[in-house]
Parts: sequence; structure tokens; C-alpha cells
Amino acid sequence: MTRHTEDDGDAGDSNETTESSGGCGCGEPAPGVPEAGRDEQPSTFVPDGGEIPEEEMTADSEDGRAGEDRAATDGGVESASGGAESATGGTDSAELDPDAYDPVDVFPGGDLDLREGADSCYKCTSCDTSCPVAEVDDEFPGPKFQGPEQWRLKRKEDHDIDESITSCSNCMRCDDACPSSVPLSQMHNEARGQYVERQMEKLSVEYIRNRILANYRTSASLASMFPRTASFAMNFGPARWAMEKVMGIPKERDFPEFATETFREWWKARGGAKVENPDKRVAYFHGCYSNYNTPEVGKAMVRVYEHFGYEVMVPPQKCSGTPMFANGMLKDARRHAETNIENLVEAIGEGADVIASCTSCSMSLRQEYPELFDLHGIEDVAEHTFEALEYLRIHEDLEGELEAAGGLDDERAFAYHAPCHARNQGLSRQAVETFRDVDGVKMEDVGDSCSGISGTYGWKEEKYEKSMEIGEEMFEHMEDAEGEVGMTECPTCAMQMEHGTGYEIEHPLQLLEDTLGA
Amino acid sequence: MAINSDVLVVGGGLAAITAAVSAAREGADVRLVSHKASTLRQASGLIDALGYVPATEPAKPLRDGPPTAGRELDPDEWPDPEGPLADPFEGIDRLPESHPYRIVGSDALRDGLDLFDDLAGGAYRGGHTDRNALVPTFGGAVKPTARYPAAAEAGLASDDRPMLVVGFRSLTEYDARAFAGRLEAAGVPFDAAGAEVEFAEAFRADAKITRLAKALDHDEDIDGVPAREALAKAVSPHLHDVVDEEGGVDRVERVGFPAFLGDDRGEAVRDELADRLGADVFEIPMGPPSLPGLRLEDRLFDALDAEGVRFETGNPVVGVGSATDGRVETVAVDRKGRTAPYGADAFVLATGGLVGKGLDSDREGVREPVFDLHVDQPEDRYEWFVDDAFGDQPYARFGVRPDERCRPTDADGAVQYENVFAAGGVVGGADAAREKSASGVSLATGIAAGRQAATEANQ
Repeated sequence: MTRHTEDDGDAGDSNETTESSGGCGCGEPAPGVPEAGRDEQPSTFVPDGGEIPEEEMTADSEDGRAGEDRAATDGGVESASGGAESATGGTDSAELDPDAYDPVDVFPGGDLDLREGADSCYKCTSCDTSCPVAEVDDEFPGPKFQGPEQWRLKRKEDHDIDESITSCSNCMRCDDACPSSVPLSQMHNEARGQYVERQMEKLSVEYIRNRILANYRTSASLASMFPRTASFAMNFGPARWAMEKVMGIPKERDFPEFATETFREWWKARGGAKVENPDKRVAYFHGCYSNYNTPEVGKAMVRVYEHFGYEVMVPPQKCSGTPMFANGMLKDARRHAETNIENLVEAIGEGADVIASCTSCSMSLRQEYPELFDLHGIEDVAEHTFEALEYLRIHEDLEGELEAAGGLDDERAFAYHAPCHARNQGLSRQAVETFRDVDGVKMEDVGDSCSGISGTYGWKEEKYEKSMEIGEEMFEHMEDAEGEVGMTECPTCAMQMEHGTGYEIEHPLQLLEDTLGA
Repeated sequence: MAINSDVLVVGGGLAAITAAVSAAREGADVRLVSHKASTLRQASGLIDALGYVPATEPAKPLRDGPPTAGRELDPDEWPDPEGPLADPFEGIDRLPESHPYRIVGSDALRDGLDLFDDLAGGAYRGGHTDRNALVPTFGGAVKPTARYPAAAEAGLASDDRPMLVVGFRSLTEYDARAFAGRLEAAGVPFDAAGAEVEFAEAFRADAKITRLAKALDHDEDIDGVPAREALAKAVSPHLHDVVDEEGGVDRVERVGFPAFLGDDRGEAVRDELADRLGADVFEIPMGPPSLPGLRLEDRLFDALDAEGVRFETGNPVVGVGSATDGRVETVAVDRKGRTAPYGADAFVLATGGLVGKGLDSDREGVREPVFDLHVDQPEDRYEWFVDDAFGDQPYARFGVRPDERCRPTDADGAVQYENVFAAGGVVGGADAAREKSASGVSLATGIAAGRQAATEANQ
């Protein structure tokens, strides 16, 4: 029996981890050009002494790609007569009239040019002080280096991306810390993509291990064909010892259990939506984890939204890309994004907003997708995506509804941890606030520290200890909190919380389901 | 459906937090929305009120013509600022009439400082007196300040005990010997010496202060020795470095470190070092990134939570959502591409000044981007500044101009929105850098705006 339903979007997934990562057909990119994943538009930045042949540089710039590139570099200062190129790539025209242009016009930038972001950095180092990795890892130079500084360095062709980029966990706290809106995580994603693409040994154990971790969905879809066997086998002592030795996957960690019935199987067996409402439609992006590991979160989402009269759609979907970004596997991420965008755009066309229950999935659809990929409709998807609780807080009288429901009969106390990716969406306090006034619920925020797992980061043997060191503050605060049940929106934060404290971890949607009696 | 509260505070710094807490204490249901992590992490952690009254007129008339034309000429001449002031309250009357202190009054400053003392609890000193304390800062300057972290207490310049200042080669922004030299040159009443010691060398060359603080917090092993012990051992050979005027050698009674002595467990770190060194230990406030600022941020956000204020950071308020009859009903919050309306009966704008990005500027002008409030400015941008970098820079005083209830006014002095109040750096009229008044202005206008907003909402 196959566990795949036809609409699962899984065709062609089976060879994902062995597929060669050959060129994308766009040729060897110019150094410093943030091209990864951006194959639909020409890069807007051409560095000094780049790969553009001389004759193209002086060719008529009325049309053709070289002309576009060059115009984007030199901007409005090129004189009509085609002044000679100077050594610095600028235009060296003697007729240049300083009154005729503003210095700002020299750098026109463009949608995809990160120069503006690099220039916005005034080196206050707020990003470095917010970085959970730099706080424990003496080998890690911090986000300011990985972002704007490395961006400048790699403009020269003889400069490789520093290997330390692979130590960035992609928690994105630097984005939140930067007072100047430097697109740090975008710079990190591109540098990491470039490093993995061009410098990482494709046959190395590290590459293969990272590729497997990044493509969690593939492993999970295989494992959930035989969930009980898989749950046992993956955590079987000798197997784990071998995994650590051979693959660098720390034996201390327990693999998550696979559900015997995936969310999508449940959805199908249930007969799909129970509510039809063309005026209130949402497309649920459940992500991999709610599907394969914690379908109870997905079920809670459906019941809660149907309680509020929404018609829930469950479009075909693949991985949001979060673990792939964190491992520099941008091509894998793009392939999955194509499926996601296609199906979500269709749902939006039918009047739906997109709802994610995992804050990293919503982060990816909202921010990383439009930053990294140019796919038709990707901006629409970004604009229509919300986190599950966030959406209800905006569109429904959630507080009133909760008050009317009367709370829980038996008091329950929770230790809530806000995932880093929730923080960046302004969601870090919403669970605590939503349940603050609900009778029978006590929820304590365990502080603003990072859990330390950051998706796949804590799943790497060489990062395990750092991961636990970062998480220590959260573990301590959880122990101090009254609640003996943890709560968070992020499935990997939940793994870390459970791993560090032994607590059972729930998702706010599950509590919402209970308190609403949905 | 809008996300509603009685009072909505826009901003996440000292002024915003002060306004939020004061409104909450007046009984309002308050929500605070801030775009990014608080800029308090860039603050020194010192709470100044008024250290100087700078001259607003040059010593001789300014030269004609655009300032850049005079690059080769003598700079403008300005009299030295009056100060350091012993008593900040005493100098308020001599500030320009448009200064926020003159608008909200010295009682607001006093109330703001009282509120701060309450929120900061035992972590801060200076509340026992109206007078300024003199705290050495990392450039070797002495700053008049109203409140200072307990961690800086043993370093006060008014204390006459000999001082050793410790530095590390890898902390390039800070030179202990230059620091000690400048302190002595400033005429402080004690002998000081600086020493560079081995300790930070065990970490990477550009280790973040958070890394050093964490190592001390957790007393991590540094080459087999616990971090606190290792640091004390590195410092102890220098305890006799101070040479007094007679050439005698004193054992120092206090030792100053750059401000990285622990984060969560700072007091324990200082106590252990003091114990091992047999001398008081203090921290010297640093430039950004600043651990004292980070600690203050943590403390104040905990206080917000305790006061029942709802808060969220991560998304910017990008404009007015809807307004009728001169009142703002909702503002628009950008949630990654889509805006959501946030409604309130009263709004407090506390987004900061030009540095905090509460004011936006380009070559065409200076704007307040959230409510599009009037910002008084000369039309010709060459009149925004003067040649002398330390002169009375007009841009330093740019900001919204509030009425006596903290409501920003338009060019004609009429209130722009009945229910919008402004606090902190976005309020114009103060030259905070020269006056050493940034925190005080935030506290005074914050408490005033917060109370007014609560009053407005309760009506």
C-alpha cells in the first residue's frame, strides 16, 4: 500500500538525495553576484573586472543582456557618447557635469542588488550581540561578518566564501536586531548557497548528511510508509551509534516518532472540509512535521478554523524550504517552492489566505521566498500568508470567543517558548497574550533566548554541544516556570524543549482547540 | 477587525516603555508595538538628565554662505557649554523655550526618574539625590549622569580611591592606558593606571562581548582554569601599578573593567572578582554593542510584562489606517507585506529621532513617517547644519513640536491629532548629545505622554 496520495505532489521526489547538483544552465556566475536561486532575472551587479568580455562591455548598450547588466552597474552616469570605462568600472567622461546629477544616482541599485543593504550597515554590531551562536562558538565570526562584510569581500573573484557560514543556524535573530534593516539573513542564505554550490565537496559525508537533513520531507515520507518500524529503527541503539560515526548525527538525540496516520491521510479519510464557505476560505500549509509527525496539530487547525466558519483547503504541497535554506541547498528549496507556489497561487485565486501552523514555514513563505526566488505569484503568496493564531487574532474576536467558551475546568500550566522565527514576524507574544485571560490556563513566557536547535543545526554531531549550550537558558527557565508542559509553535524547538527537559510539548492550536471546545 | 487597546504605544525604547507603563498605571489597557529589537542595546545604560547647557549663539556671527564653502577657513566659534551641571533641575530654566523640559516641566522629569527607579529596582544607583554623578565612560571622559548601573558604582570620578583600569589587546575600541591617562588629564581626584592583561586572548580575536560575558556567567574553563579565576589571575600582578605623586606605590582599591562582566549573573561575577582581587570591581560603560544597555532592555521588558502591557516587536507601524474628526482611529502595521489595522483611543509616538529612525530624511527634507507629523526645518538644507561639528547643529533639534499635553502641532501651532501624543527622541527642541539629556527627555516626555494618553482613553 502506498501512503502517497495523488495530490501529495511527491512525484519525482525519490531521487532527491542522490541527484547530482549540476549547473543550472546559467553559466559560471560572476563573483559576488547574488545569483543563487535567482535564475529568472539577470543579476543587477557586475563587479570590477568581471566575466563580461571586453567587446560586450563596449558594445552598443541599447539591447542585449550585457547592456542591461552594465546599465544597472553604472547607472545614469554613462554619457550619451559612451565614455571610456575607467579602471573602477565607472564612466570617466570629461564632459561629466557635476551639477547634472546627484551622487546618489551613481548607484541605482535594483531589486536584487544587495549593495543598498550592505551600505545600510553602520557596524553597530547589534546583530552580533543578538547571535546565539557567536555567544557560545569561538570559531564563529558573527552575522556582521557573514552578511555585509563578506558580501563586500566576495565581490573580488579570488575570494571564497568563508567556511564558517555553515555554522550560521539561520535563526534570523540578526534581522530582528538590526536597527538599519540590513537584509542579513538574505545575505547569509545567498552566501551559504554559494558556498555549498561551489566550494563544498559533494561527496563529503558532511554534504550528504546535510542534504539528508535538509530533505527531511523525503525521509519522512519514506518512514511514514512504515511508521512504527521507522520510529523504532531510527532510534535503535546500534543504528544510532553507526549514524553518529558514519553520518555525524548525534546519538543523544531521539528521532521524532512518525504518526501511524499522517495528517493528509486523516484529511482524506475524513472526506476533506466539513465547512463550505466561499467568503471565508483558508489554504492550510501544514508543512512536513504536522503531516508526518504531529498530525494532532493539523487536526486542531482544521477544527479551530471550522469552528470559526472557515472553509479549509489542503492544497498539495512540499517542504517550505526552511531546512534547505539553513543548509545552503537552494536548488532543492527552489524545486519544492515551485510546487508550493503553483498550488498556493491557485488557492489564493479561489479566495483563500494561506495559513501555516509552523512559524518557520510561514517565515519562509513570507520572507525567504520573495527574497530568494523569482517565481510567478511568489509575492502574492508572501502577502497572503499568515500564521494560524495570528490570522484569527486579526480576523476574529478571539478574546470574546474564548471568554464566552469559559475556559478549562481543570487548570493547566504551560511553559511557553517563542521560536526565533516567530519573533521576526512579530508573533513572539501572541500565545501568551491570547491565553492570558483564559480561565484555567496559566502560561509563562520562558524568555527571549533561542532554543538552540534551529532546525537541523542541533542535528549535526559537531554542533550538538553548542546547540545544548545555547538552549541551556531556555531549559533553566522552563524548569523555573510553574507549568510542566511546554508550548511552542515550532516543531524543532519542541524537539529541543522535550530533549532538554523531558516535558511534553504542545502547539497553541491544540490548546485553542481545547479552550474553544472546537 | 482591528487589534484593539485603549492606548497604543509605537516604539520600543526608553520613552516608549516609560509611556506604556505610566499609561498602564493610570488604568489603561496598553499595547506597545516596536519594529525591531529595542535600541536600548545600543545605549550606554547610563540615565542622564541634563549635564550641560550648551550655547545656542556662536561667539561671533556665523560666516555667510553655505557651510561647505568655508571648509578651508576657520571654523565657526562657539562658547564652551555651561557645565558639567551639579544639579540637572537647576539648569532647566536656561534651556531654550522650545526644549521638551520647558514644555513638560521639571516635575515630569522628576516623576520620570522616580518611575525609572521603581522599574530598575536595585540594579541602579543615584536615586538618593537630585545631583548628577560623574561616571567615567570608555573614552576616558567623565559624564554627568542622574542614574547609573550598580555595576558602575565603584568607578565614580568623585571617589578619591586609586583606580586600576584593565584592558585587553583584542578589544580594540578601548585602550586602558589611554583611558587612565585621559582621566588624570581631566583632573580627577585620584591616581589611575591602565594595564593590558591576557585573558580575552583565549577567545577569537574579534570575540563578541556576549561571548566573554557568557564565559564569565558560566565560569567556563579557560585552558583548564575557571574564567573568573583566570581573569583575576591576569589582573592581580597589576594591583600595584598605580604610582602617586610622591612616587610611592599604592595597592589599588578599585579595578575597572570594560562592561562585559557577565550578563545574567553580573553581580556574582563582580563579587567573585572583588573577592579574589581584594578590591572593588566596577564596569566602564562602553559604546554599542552595550551589555549594560542589553541588561536594561531585559529589565524594562520584564517590567512591561509585570505591568500587564501587551507588546510585540518585529513589524513596523507604517502609517495611519483611518482617522476622522482630527482623531486617529487605527494605524497600519505591516505584517510582512500585508497591513493589519491596530486600533486605540489614544496613540503615543515614541519611535526615536534621526538615529532611531523615528525621523526619516533625504535630500528633500525631514519627515515623521508614521503619522506624517510636522517637523520644523529650514527649507534650504544647507541651513540644517553649521560648520563646527560641536556647534549648535540645527538638525540636532529637529523633531515634532508638541503642545503642553505632548500633542504634536502643525506649522501654525495647531494640534494635528487630538489623540496622538509624542515622547522621546522624536520630539524636537533638545540637543541631547551636547546636553547629555537623551534619557531624561525620554523619561519626562514618556511619563507625560503616557498619562495624557491614558486620560484621553479614559474619557
